[in-house]
Amino acid sequence: MYNFEFAKPATITDAVKALAAEDAQALGGGQTLLPTMKQRLASPATLVSLNAIPEMIGVCVNDKGEVCIGGATTHATVAQEARAHYPGLAALASQIGDPAVRNRGTIGGSLANNDPSACYPAAALGSGALIKTNSRDIAADAYFQGMFATALAPGEIITEVRFPVPQKSNYQKFVQPASRFALVGVFVAKYADGVRVAVTGASTDGVFRWAEAEAALSADFAKGAIDALSPPKGDMIADLHGSADYRAHLVKVMTGRAVAAAG
Amino acid sequence: MTQVTMTVNGKSVSGKVEGRTLLAEFLREGLRLTGTHVGCDTSQCGACVVHVNGKAIKSCTALVADLDGADVRTIEGMANPDGSLSSLQQAFQDHHGLQCGFCTPGMVMSAAALLKENPKPTEHEVRGYLEGNICRCTGYHNIVKAIMAASGQDVSQIAAE
Repeated sequence: MYNFEFAKPATITDAVKALAAEDAQALGGGQTLLPTMKQRLASPATLVSLNAIPEMIGVCVNDKGEVCIGGATTHATVAQEARAHYPGLAALASQIGDPAVRNRGTIGGSLANNDPSACYPAAALGSGALIKTNSRDIAADAYFQGMFATALAPGEIITEVRFPVPQKSNYQKFVQPASRFALVGVFVAKYADGVRVAVTGASTDGVFRWAEAEAALSADFAKGAIDALSPPKGDMIADLHGSADYRAHLVKVMTGRAVAAAG
Repeated sequence: MTQVTMTVNGKSVSGKVEGRTLLAEFLREGLRLTGTHVGCDTSQCGACVVHVNGKAIKSCTALVADLDGADVRTIEGMANPDGSLSSLQQAFQDHHGLQCGFCTPGMVMSAAALLKENPKPTEHEVRGYLEGNICRCTGYHNIVKAIMAASGQDVSQIAAE
């Protein structure tokens, strides 16, 4: 990869300052960014590591009962420390990549990258999470704006993600057998005011909510409630791993499995 | 250039590195610890797995500059103090858990991390934990068997397929 300047600030304020430099790029766990830089698909002039900012690391529960996760918290830490508070989220984190990747990759990095096949966007959108940055709060419904596109402005850092905890939840991932990314992943969460269904891996627009399934499951939270639905419309990804129709079909299958597993 | 200091296999090392220097490069080219292998360089194969602050990571996908102050352990730091193989390494030899040996350093480091977290893993748990370690020779059976044996479990019923 091309060389770059390296900065490792200890506070969010210093990180924001460092990111104001020309062609500066934030570095989370680097599990996507570093391979991208090796291929010279990215060549930042400065990398600003967010891995030494104590206020951005850790899992806690606030007085509203929401699970709050620092932006630089690794998947392994979420899998372990969120288990008692939000088991569906912890289970999703425990399925990302492989153990070594989970020890480096971070929730903020995953959400900022918004890979169309990543797992965390499904949890954030499916939970109606709040994405807190150094300058504002962004609702998950307004945050995801298409494949690799988010509401983040240049230099803006995800400092924390707040998840309202559902009554029941489950994530079902149909893995692409070589990469282990989600060919289709569905996160289902049942809240007192309704059910949310978020789908990753399937659409060219990235993560999305399947509104028809949400309505049907809000009325009756049972696997059979979606039987009569057609698979979701939309621009499904079609590639050598699966056609658009196949992916749409998988969305329905994985939604049913998630509902059944959520209990 | 960034000045870094870290502990590698119990010894303090320091040096100036470029921002882009990967941990795997620093270990292999800087410290001549060539037991850590780079197979794919895309964080998929796991031959480069080392422990950083007690956790398994892929050293081809971590910057040295980001690991200042870290405690690193590589395959060279796995043997017993007298130089004999650790029980995990010995189990790989006893159960023929390697053929060409290229993936073995990463396999041993991942297995050691697993056994620290989960001292008596099931076969399913071993296979799950090795998802990020690719071996092209053994078909994994004997690697799994070696790790099960190293955890003190009876492996006589596991077929050497």
